[in-house]
Amino acid sequence: MNVQLLVFAVLAVTSVATALAMIFARNAVHGVLFMVGNFAAVALLYVLLGSPFLAAVQILVYAGAIMVLFLFVVMLMGPEPAPLWEHIPGQRPFALLFGLLLAAGLIVAVNVEKLTGVPGMMTQEVLERLGQPTALAQTLFERYVLPFEVTSLLLLIGMIGAVVLAKREKHELPAEQASREGGTE
Amino acid sequence: MIVPVSYYLVLGAILFSIGVTGVLLRRNAIMVFMSIELMLNAVNLSFVAMSRALDSLDGQVFVFFVMTVAAAEVAVGLALIVAIFRSLGSADVDDAHVLRG
Repeated sequence: MNVQLLVFAVLAVTSVATALAMIFARNAVHGVLFMVGNFAAVALLYVLLGSPFLAAVQILVYAGAIMVLFLFVVMLMGPEPAPLWEHIPGQRPFALLFGLLLAAGLIVAVNVEKLTGVPGMMTQEVLERLGQPTALAQTLFERYVLPFEVTSLLLLIGMIGAVVLAKREKHELPAEQASREGGTE
Repeated sequence: MIVPVSYYLVLGAILFSIGVTGVLLRRNAIMVFMSIELMLNAVNLSFVAMSRALDSLDGQVFVFFVMTVAAAEVAVGLALIVAIFRSLGSADVDDAHVLRG
């Protein structure tokens, strides 16, 4: 058994196990931590696939920024007040059944021997010569420069949206603070 | 490529299905949201695997954009969850039925 296949097997088992642990985690903080493990395993798979730059971005953006944001919100809300499932009768068995059916269907659909698609120019030799981040930057800033600029607009809209949603209205102030403000007027 | 690309695609399919199961199973909005992130991640893995198999970097550029959209989505989505939690006192998706017709 060669080393790459062994590494792939270990990472695949890790990512599936952490994903399963995440969806069955009773405590949301545990779920977030399992998710960080899953993102790390997928980042290592990116390294195995020959794109170390995306692996670094995955760790920085997903495991770093996004999961920390999740952790903040979980901490903000405190422990879960109610049971996590069984609001609809039979929800759990049906969810598992449909999940398994979807997995079976996707695996059959995806596990094709012959790939269709036109092979590109970026063979491993070209990537070795250019360096993978350089080649990725060339693709991003030449062919996909307009989507790249539109992305900045999307991030701006997301930022404004988050600020507007998180803003407290005047009448929503906590009672103590509101009465204090009323007293000074 | 020593590991066949279909292995990566199968792994992506399994992770995506786990994400869908999580959305169906959980009633806590944060866990539902994390399952959606898991699905995005599974698709990213398929993108990178196909990009490697087809000797093209377009798939990796798409992963870049998916990550950006995911970051923006998380910022707005978590702000929404916090706003709902503040007004209802719960992050359960079944409790947020004010808009139900």
